Amino acid sequence: MDPSTLSSPLPRPRKGHVWGDRIFGVLVAGAGLFVIFLVFAIASILITQSRLAFDSYGLAFLIGTRWDVSHEVYGAVPFIAGTLLTSAIALAIGFPLAIGSAIFLTTEAPRWLRGPLGSVIELLAAIPSVVYGFWGLYFLGPYMRTTVEPILAKSLGWTGAFSGAATGTDVLTAGIILAIMVIPTIAAISRETLAAVPVAQREAAISLGATNWEVTRTAMVPYARSGIFGATILGLGRALGETMAVTMTIGNHDAIPTSLFSQGQTIASLIANELTNSSGPLQYSAIIYAALILLAISLLVNVAARLLLWRVLRVTGGTTE
Amino acid sequence: MMGSGKLQVEHLSAYYGKRRAIEDISLGFPEKAVSAIIGPSGCGKSTLIRCLNRLHETLPRTRVEGRILLDGTDILEVDPIQVRRRVGMVFQRPNPFVTMSIYDNVSVALRFNGRHSRDEIDRAVIRSLQQAALWEEVKDRVDAPAMSLSGGQQQRLCIARALAAEPEVLLMDEPCSALDPVATAKIESLVKDLKNTYTVIIVTHNMQQAGRVADHTAFLYLGKLVEYGPTEDLFERPKEKLTEQYITGRFG
Repeated sequence: MDPSTLSSPLPRPRKGHVWGDRIFGVLVAGAGLFVIFLVFAIASILITQSRLAFDSYGLAFLIGTRWDVSHEVYGAVPFIAGTLLTSAIALAIGFPLAIGSAIFLTTEAPRWLRGPLGSVIELLAAIPSVVYGFWGLYFLGPYMRTTVEPILAKSLGWTGAFSGAATGTDVLTAGIILAIMVIPTIAAISRETLAAVPVAQREAAISLGATNWEVTRTAMVPYARSGIFGATILGLGRALGETMAVTMTIGNHDAIPTSLFSQGQTIASLIANELTNSSGPLQYSAIIYAALILLAISLLVNVAARLLLWRVLRVTGGTTE
Repeated sequence: MMGSGKLQVEHLSAYYGKRRAIEDISLGFPEKAVSAIIGPSGCGKSTLIRCLNRLHETLPRTRVEGRILLDGTDILEVDPIQVRRRVGMVFQRPNPFVTMSIYDNVSVALRFNGRHSRDEIDRAVIRSLQQAALWEEVKDRVDAPAMSLSGGQQQRLCIARALAAEPEVLLMDEPCSALDPVATAKIESLVKDLKNTYTVIIVTHNMQQAGRVADHTAFLYLGKLVEYGPTEDLFERPKEKLTEQYITGRFG
């Protein structure tokens, strides 16, 4: 190539441009670094404040089954169990409902109804959690106690999962409230990914003589699965960390739940209930230690989800959006 | 026009909302032959072929008028799912199910159709891949992802997928428009073989392609059927002035 074409004089940028770009660069770099700083600031406070409990119990805190304030014995298992159990109930009930409604909204519902119905589901996400708690405390809890739980005890009591007195403020009620709270998260994102499935994929199934259910099963859900999976993880994240609504409905009892009718405590509700009126530095520190565990669980869930997703997509060569 | 075919279209009109995409079309597609539908973009040729397996009506605010007789039965009067199991389709762009293997793509229609033994499915997959002239290229890796195939292979996979359902009619909507010349040549020679077993209807914007593969050709313009007849007659002795202008490249 003729070198003269390469060195043809380019207009020099005006000074203002250079300064504008510099300021822009500094501003966005500052914003990015500040957010990263926040993560470390929070994590370092959790680590320093939990130091006392960590020195006293070490990792045994993770398998300690008792939380006894009067004897100053602190173990995290009751809250880890409460957190995982309520989140599991939330996903077990919320996931099918959310996916079902997302599929309904993208395939079965009349077109004119899709927009309004979608907005109603998303409205569920706009309800403040204290309102869910209030609703759970004054409506769902009593209803569970008088109607649902006696039926469950009678029909499924033999399984052991529904034993004990029906109180309505228990792990099951908290799990159901969480289920309602994760539905909009899972449904909204799943609906978007399902709606984004290319027409060509749907028509491929339709042209083979697929029924609506077969089109959904072969062309829509598999294509959208990574989005649905991501939505579910976001929903799980909300369930793991939800505080107010759980605190108001779970019964706040510092012991490992033995049935779904047990009063319990999640890590989040423990912090809300006991941090501000902790009886001494060791209890305070133990609560912060539990908070650190919650952070770790959330991180683990996210990382595991990403790894799993990456493997699924790599094995079958699906799409990554 | 053209007496009793395998698929007989009578006074067919199709609408998108208020817009009429095809208007009062009548023609018959003969059995075990290749019929081509040609015409410039927007002439309604894709709409016409999408009526033949009732795919047109799956889009919002669409409507069809007239009759489409498959072996004498009006397919507009029966369950569209049953129609589509007798009338298969291949699309403009290869659209294999992206999350599935080669094997699963081909066997999917058999899984829709209910009970088939593992053996039956295996045989149908092999038969369909052979008919689509893809078997030799994939026989060692049928469990590989469908998306690992080239574009031309993917399109032949889609043909195999449609054939596995054992349709009587195969609709092809510009099946080569996204393919390179080599892949196009493969599909064309395949189409000529398929007519021994199936009634093939192919939409194409490529007149040379119609000339190469089709026994009969229909020319559509602005939603209307201008001329229909044996391919040779249409290209060499067009009856209509408009046909002559189109095939000599004066418009379109």
